[in-house]
Amino acid sequence: MSQMSAPTNPQAYLQSLSRWRPIEIVFWLATLLPFFLFPDYLSLASQIAIAALFALSLDLILGYAGVVSLGHAAFFGIGAYSAGIFSKLVWGEPLTGLVVAAILAGLVGYASSFIVSRFRHLTLIMITLGLGLLLHEAANRAHWLTGGSDGLQGVSIWPVLGLFKFDLYGYTAYGYALAALFICFLAVRRITNSPFGLALRGIRENWVRMPAIGAASRAHIRKAYTIAAVIAGIAGAVLAQTTETVSLESISFQRSADVLVMLVLGGAGRLYGGLVGSVIFMIARDQFSGIAPQYWYFWIGILLVMVVMFLPNGIVGGLSKITARWRRK
Amino acid sequence: MLPPFFGVLFDGLAYGMLLFVLSVGLSVTLGLMNFVNLAHCAFAMLGGYVTVTLVNEFHWPFLATLPAAFVAAALASVVLERFFYRRLYRASDLDQVLLTIGFAFISVAVAAYIFGTLQQPIQAPEFLRGSSTFLGLAFGNYRMFLIGVAIVVTVLLIAGLEYTRFGAQVRAAVDNQRMARGLGIDVDRTFAATFALGSGLAGLGGALAIEIVGLDPSFSFTYLVYVLIIVSVGGLGSIAGSFAAACLIGVSDIAGKYYAPELGAFLIYLVMVVVLMWKPAGLFGKR
Repeated sequence: MSQMSAPTNPQAYLQSLSRWRPIEIVFWLATLLPFFLFPDYLSLASQIAIAALFALSLDLILGYAGVVSLGHAAFFGIGAYSAGIFSKLVWGEPLTGLVVAAILAGLVGYASSFIVSRFRHLTLIMITLGLGLLLHEAANRAHWLTGGSDGLQGVSIWPVLGLFKFDLYGYTAYGYALAALFICFLAVRRITNSPFGLALRGIRENWVRMPAIGAASRAHIRKAYTIAAVIAGIAGAVLAQTTETVSLESISFQRSADVLVMLVLGGAGRLYGGLVGSVIFMIARDQFSGIAPQYWYFWIGILLVMVVMFLPNGIVGGLSKITARWRRK
Repeated sequence: MLPPFFGVLFDGLAYGMLLFVLSVGLSVTLGLMNFVNLAHCAFAMLGGYVTVTLVNEFHWPFLATLPAAFVAAALASVVLERFFYRRLYRASDLDQVLLTIGFAFISVAVAAYIFGTLQQPIQAPEFLRGSSTFLGLAFGNYRMFLIGVAIVVTVLLIAGLEYTRFGAQVRAAVDNQRMARGLGIDVDRTFAATFALGSGLAGLGGALAIEIVGLDPSFSFTYLVYVLIIVSVGGLGSIAGSFAAACLIGVSDIAGKYYAPELGAFLIYLVMVVVLMWKPAGLFGKR
């Protein structure tokens, strides 16, 4: 990686990373475009924002800390179910629901991080897969609480801040999801550009050597895993609140696999990788499913093989390589 | 008279034997090359569809289609190994997972395109239908046949690994790949042959599975979970481990469905997580 060879002192390096580049500002301004250009597609846009938030959370553990998880939907589902059940049992105020969902997902994430941080490689993949499947099965069986395979019905959410009602066209939904995405993005950006973020990248590159220079691998992975769980919980809660329903799909293996595809397609270990990947993935799925829903996975499969074979760092990685080459000339 | 408990045990063992045939190939290839092949059950599904097509369209006898299923899956795996897998032996777990999950996705869509999404019907031959009564309990003939096949496969595999030159090379490569290369063993070729063998066994397993669990395009993913559980619980590269784990998972799954149906698949996931937390390398694993 070219970043690694930057011959500056660490502080200056971190500062140069955290400076906002013009392209980033353009990107975030562009996220406002759907309000004006595609008002008919706002519900799709809010789905994209939620998927992007979820991919961002996976990026933190997979892209930065190198923890491959096949069960990340567990936290998404916990967030979704807690937000939905909270609105039924307590009240429909969305922001408190969001906080409750984030806390619950974070607690479960913290508890499971003690298991996850002990393993690497195949065992790790299997443990995350197993925990994800366990929770999926639990949600399926706890019919009295979650509605099982019928989904959680009767969720009703009050207007955001008492002002913005969730409307049929999805203006509020997209604004709400986008705000959640942006705030979490700022947090993740801050984290990854901190010394802690650098330590995570070190752990990804060499798990054994990092403790020798004073970065406790397991403690760091536990922290990152908990933060990722909180963000995934927020993403799930936003989905539950904007759609006012929670289905079993939100905690399924399918969702874990989809988010992995989005992240890798965009480029793991890059802040914008998950965002770009989820935009492309969701729009492609929307288009292809319109033509022939059952063959959508054929194209996903082809896409995955292509990315692994020809674009090892995803789309964002490929683009930054091209621009770097162009600048050198 | 035997209590019904033995019936559950028998069904569980038969199911476990099926899972063993499906998973043993993956266990050996994972132990050999550390290659995470999530498309393993796609080869099993290919074997299943070969058998269905040969029996229903070409009216082959069921038993004659089993070798065909083996050969078809083995050939397909050789092609994929040569063009794709070989490039990723040194890549990260993540890249391997993504590539092979990509193939699994493709296999699901292709199977749905050619055969439709319905369950494929198959008629087992006369002598495998029905059941025989023994000490007051009915034992399904097909299940007994399944256990017999699995025992033959196990004996052949263990004998092949213990007493042939090729087996010695495989064992050497699993134990210490670098040393094996140093001794002049062509590990890549050994791996390609083992990979074909393992995928062929998966194809055989897929063909045998139709009668028990049915066959539809989602097979690639439904049984992938079981296979991965068995491989990781049994320990990578260990045939005995896979055998023990397949029995454990098969019996717990059937017993769970019989005695505590409200738990569903909960039990086997729990067994897996507990075993892995207790022994991260699996029951018989060394690493």
